[in-house]
Amino acid sequence: MTDKTEFLNGNTACAEGAIAAGCRFFAGYPITPSTEVAERMAVRLPKIGGTFIQMEDELASMAAIIGGAWAGARTMTATSGPGFSLMMENIGYAAMTETPCVVVNVQRGGPSTGQPTMAAQGDMMQARFGSHGDYSIIALAPSSVQEMFDLTVKAFNLADRFRTPVFLMTDETIGHMREKVILRSDVEITPRRELLEGELPFRPGPDGVPGFGTFGRGLGVHVTGLTHDERGYPATDSADLHEKVVRRMVRKIEDARNEIADVDIVNPDAEIVFISYGAPTRAVQQLLADYPGIYGHLNLRIVWPFPDAKLGEFGAAKAFVVPEMNLGQMAREVRMHTNVPIVTAAKLGGALHTVAELKHAADVAATAKAPVTEVVL
Amino acid sequence: MTLEEWYRQDRLPHIYCAGCGNGTILNCTLRATNELGLDRTKTTFVSGIGCSSRASGYTSSDSLHTTHGRALPFATGVKMVKPDHDVIVFTGDGDLSAIGGNHFIHACRRNIDLTVVCMNNNIYGMTGGQGSPCTPYGAISTTTPYGMREMPFDLCAVAEAAGANYVARWTSYHVKELTQAIRAGIETPGLSFIEVMTQCPTSFGSKNKMRQVSQMVDALRANSILKDKADRNKAAGIPLEPGKFVVGELVRRSNPVLGGRP
Repeated sequence: MTDKTEFLNGNTACAEGAIAAGCRFFAGYPITPSTEVAERMAVRLPKIGGTFIQMEDELASMAAIIGGAWAGARTMTATSGPGFSLMMENIGYAAMTETPCVVVNVQRGGPSTGQPTMAAQGDMMQARFGSHGDYSIIALAPSSVQEMFDLTVKAFNLADRFRTPVFLMTDETIGHMREKVILRSDVEITPRRELLEGELPFRPGPDGVPGFGTFGRGLGVHVTGLTHDERGYPATDSADLHEKVVRRMVRKIEDARNEIADVDIVNPDAEIVFISYGAPTRAVQQLLADYPGIYGHLNLRIVWPFPDAKLGEFGAAKAFVVPEMNLGQMAREVRMHTNVPIVTAAKLGGALHTVAELKHAADVAATAKAPVTEVVL
Repeated sequence: MTLEEWYRQDRLPHIYCAGCGNGTILNCTLRATNELGLDRTKTTFVSGIGCSSRASGYTSSDSLHTTHGRALPFATGVKMVKPDHDVIVFTGDGDLSAIGGNHFIHACRRNIDLTVVCMNNNIYGMTGGQGSPCTPYGAISTTTPYGMREMPFDLCAVAEAAGANYVARWTSYHVKELTQAIRAGIETPGLSFIEVMTQCPTSFGSKNKMRQVSQMVDALRANSILKDKADRNKAAGIPLEPGKFVVGELVRRSNPVLGGRP
């Protein structure tokens, strides 16, 4: 097997990344601008012994990939904002039952039906907190077609490593733009740790993650979304047990922030530092190329858990500028972890940030005093 | 393998109320899997939410207790990945036909190779006795205190119209017939839907002048008309009396199946 170089859109590269990572079951429901992921999977999976199914809605799609995961497959679904909202109950179920699976959200303008064909990053907080109850998840944010491939592979590995749903939080721009992409033939695959004979299916291993009791091995695993003990049996009336279970599930991810973190750090000694993820990263990269050596850049390939320790790498920072295609969702998170003034460069409607707009935001940041300032672009 | 081995012994006794019919239905289902000699390691039980959904937790094989109304799409995922497994779904009338109604018709349309056992007690039992889409016209529930003013679903007619390969209806009184129907359902490729009319003395009976379990079971028995008799009556132009329902094997056909054994 050799690597193949192709000229693909991001959604198609995402499907190819999933297949390279060993995904063999995809359940989905069509929604713009994510459908090319499903369409590619529908063509490709039957040819390699996998299964594609178009479900009746997004609730069913999310349910099916959880069922498929317990049956032993690496599974994925893809959607956009309105469908993501519909998946939330079962995303919480996946978190509670520690089911590894991958959900791709190709974000579009919202709220509600919003702008189906325009890019946005308005679902970042929903990805973190969308389902009810306390839980933690992992979310990645590609900013190129190559990263759509590479980070999709990584999403599957993280899902299995931490037994959790993992989100690929991309956007219409990255999903639909075409770029050269290397379809790597020998991607690294981290297998899920299988439950051993005699091990309890929900007793954590040393890393806080239990072995996975894949169905069909004769282990007789019971999986429930109710608060459960280490055998997986419902135990809903113990305050202590509920606290213990939920804290462990949150901690297994939050405590691994630094292990999970995946960032680019450029010019760490700069005074004005951009923090970006997804499509705005590309404009920031252009700004840095146009004004070399002036600005710093923290590019987040993983947004959840938020890699807060990386902010400390910018010891000379006088202000952080956060360009986002929303009204400052990740900027709020940045604010939680630093006393450095923050300038949000929010942009809605689907048009990308221009270099001139970012330059203007940087100029505002140079005199920023308030903790959070929104710059009018 | 013995019948007892199909039960997750350390989970017993079950949480069902005294006089509930769900234990009977669980018993009939596991009797069917045992009689058929199914491989316990290749059998998965899936359920949604409610009284019926707790049944999956009492089986000793792999089992998924999922979210309200979504048992069928979860089961679809299991079956598509493991087509050589027998996947049996426990559900209730509220779980299946209200919040899960869309999944129900689409699972039947796909004719996916699942066996669905619906415990129809005409009410939301676990949530405290609210009206369901199967609450009879005029019946009292906590959300229909003046009597139900909507017509109930005929779940078997829905399954038939939507495309299921096997459809049967029995009651918790007909334990032998029910066991046989579940066996037939498991053996029939495609979606098999077995509706079991069952008693809920706690939430339904207490509000509808049937406090005694025996009254409820007697009513189920008295209101059931065997399919042969119902067919004869229909041919003679005699309509089904209000409150009566047909029991027996209602549909058996061999339409194309999704997710069948390879």
